[in-house]
Amino acid sequence: MAGRDAARAPKTAMFKKILIANRGEIAVRVIRACREMGVQSVAVFSEVDRAALHVRKADEAYLLGPAAAAESYLNVEKIIAVARKSGADAIHPGYGFLSENPRFAHACGEAGIKFIGPTAASMELMGSKTRARQHMEKAGVPFVPGTSRGVDSAQEALRVSDQIGYPVMLKAAAGGGGKGMRLIHTPQELPSALESARSEALRAFANDEVYIEKAILNPRHIEMQVLADEHGNTVYLGERECSIQRRHQKVLEESPSPIVDPEMRRRMGETAVRVARAASYTNAGTIEFLADQERNFYFLEMNTRLQVEHPVTELTTGLDLVHLQIRIAAGEKLPFQQQDVQIRGHAIECRIYAEDPDNNYFPSPGKISLLLLPSGPGIRRDSGMYEGWNVPIDYDPLLAKLIGYGTDREQATSRLVRALNEYFVGGIKTNISLFRRILNDSDFKAGKLDTGYLDRLLAQPQPAETADGSTARIAALAAGVFAVLDPEAARKDAPANGAGSGADSNWKKIAREEALR
Amino acid sequence: MTYEVIIDGKQFRLELNRVDGRWQCLLDGQEVHFDAVLPRHDVLSMLIDGKAYEIKRERSATDLHLWVGPRRYGVELRDPRSLRSRSSADDGKGPRKLVAPMPGKVLRLLVPESAEVEAGQGVLVVEAMKMQNEIKSPRKGVVRKIVVTPGANVNAGDVLAIVE
Repeated sequence: MAGRDAARAPKTAMFKKILIANRGEIAVRVIRACREMGVQSVAVFSEVDRAALHVRKADEAYLLGPAAAAESYLNVEKIIAVARKSGADAIHPGYGFLSENPRFAHACGEAGIKFIGPTAASMELMGSKTRARQHMEKAGVPFVPGTSRGVDSAQEALRVSDQIGYPVMLKAAAGGGGKGMRLIHTPQELPSALESARSEALRAFANDEVYIEKAILNPRHIEMQVLADEHGNTVYLGERECSIQRRHQKVLEESPSPIVDPEMRRRMGETAVRVARAASYTNAGTIEFLADQERNFYFLEMNTRLQVEHPVTELTTGLDLVHLQIRIAAGEKLPFQQQDVQIRGHAIECRIYAEDPDNNYFPSPGKISLLLLPSGPGIRRDSGMYEGWNVPIDYDPLLAKLIGYGTDREQATSRLVRALNEYFVGGIKTNISLFRRILNDSDFKAGKLDTGYLDRLLAQPQPAETADGSTARIAALAAGVFAVLDPEAARKDAPANGAGSGADSNWKKIAREEALR
Repeated sequence: MTYEVIIDGKQFRLELNRVDGRWQCLLDGQEVHFDAVLPRHDVLSMLIDGKAYEIKRERSATDLHLWVGPRRYGVELRDPRSLRSRSSADDGKGPRKLVAPMPGKVLRLLVPESAEVEAGQGVLVVEAMKMQNEIKSPRKGVVRKIVVTPGANVNAGDVLAIVE
């Protein structure tokens, strides 16, 4: 990145205090950026998050209310009230929760507090997939062939599908995450699938609008990071491959994408910038594309927020996206131009979730009894957990992100595998073993990815562990040595595995009784 | 010290002797010499014939696991000289309660009362957060009692069954 800092606005425009309307690892991430920039940080927390990491890392922290998100992290009125009380002059919404909520962005504006992100209008435009499509058509953006409006009847759906050609995908205009989605191969399936997609969408998003797209077989999910200041400068910062998903939830992401060459990057990037401009977009955002194996790409949707997987872009561009978000919101011009953006090296991120891979990824709340952390060359860890923390059941169970960075994909992979072997989370189940499986897989190593990849991998029987008894014997020896060197009686605080909050939880009580019986 | 150690159901007889800080032991009658140090609670560094092992311990109220590298083992440790059965996490004797790990609804029973079960065998299924969770027996034994019936709503910590 060239040092064109002369273009930067004077420091006096910078915020004094930022409230982070979020929790977990992203709240810690934003608090860190605030510290680095000399800005005061305000954390908010619900009752079950009193002991959460983000609370003690901030300069100030305020209780919002009970655990339920509607009473805490999703409660616009309470958050604005805390912002006022603490004197925060800006709010960073993180991702999820209120980050793409136009009412919240609007409420911030009304309260005289700067929302660190795009305008409510941009959010509204991009929040509806059909509205986004309509707008992007005008901008000459390539689309997956389909409808830009919801279909009103089965007849219309059949007519359109006939035109596009099967297979087609029914999708909910107001949502994502797989809800309201149906893959249709024949016209016979269509009418009843349309009915059920509509009712599912209505239940999930309070909106039964369903539209139709051509189903791209074995697509790759490739997204492009964009950044726009409030002075009309918009740039793209490289793509991320996010095809490794389980039930439409991303699990592992990387940058750059194994199939994107400089020419495709330029075309996708310029398209992404066109999309952002057409939406009058400001701050950080991501344009999602579906790409086929022939390197054709189609606009899918735009995410009007900072994304979970932003670290892989930070590592390969050398830029700090949260710093830039804050500076853009404070009115600064982008301190670099498109030609200054260089992609260097390769980064791969694993999302570490409190889930049990041996029990259908069932959430695994409870106390983290032991935490051994990876570090060393090329390893970045964005985490909200700590040893002794009781992971609450009330929220998305993302514990941390582990990112491996190297000069190329092979080095990034080997560093990540090495770091995963160093990582130990005791007391709860995590999906760490899943990543070992993925990173060892030959298709992964060859970059042969598409959105069906993980389902195919998981359907394969797990390779049987080499049944040599030697490690079992080591465990037997160790069991005895532990009993001598680290006996239970010496521990004042007997570990108890349980969900729930506070020392009074029924679960902990029963666990203690168990240990004493 | 002598212990009966059960690793994932496989039984070992372990005699531990510490001589000048080094461990000279008999595992199922076979001599093993090694060096062991506890760098911190729940972590053991063992050196056996020059090979280095990092062993992590995980204990909950109902069970004990040891990790040797990425391999996880269920562990029961018994002091054969102990006359009374101690139902601590290091001891496999005594009735064990199966509890609900989170609020949910009992979907179905996998085994009836009085059934014999293995350690890790599913006893009943609880549904929570739209997912089905198999509640497993922490020990080999007999299902003495199933406290809930299908359809019952349960809270975190509620006793579901007892195995002894």
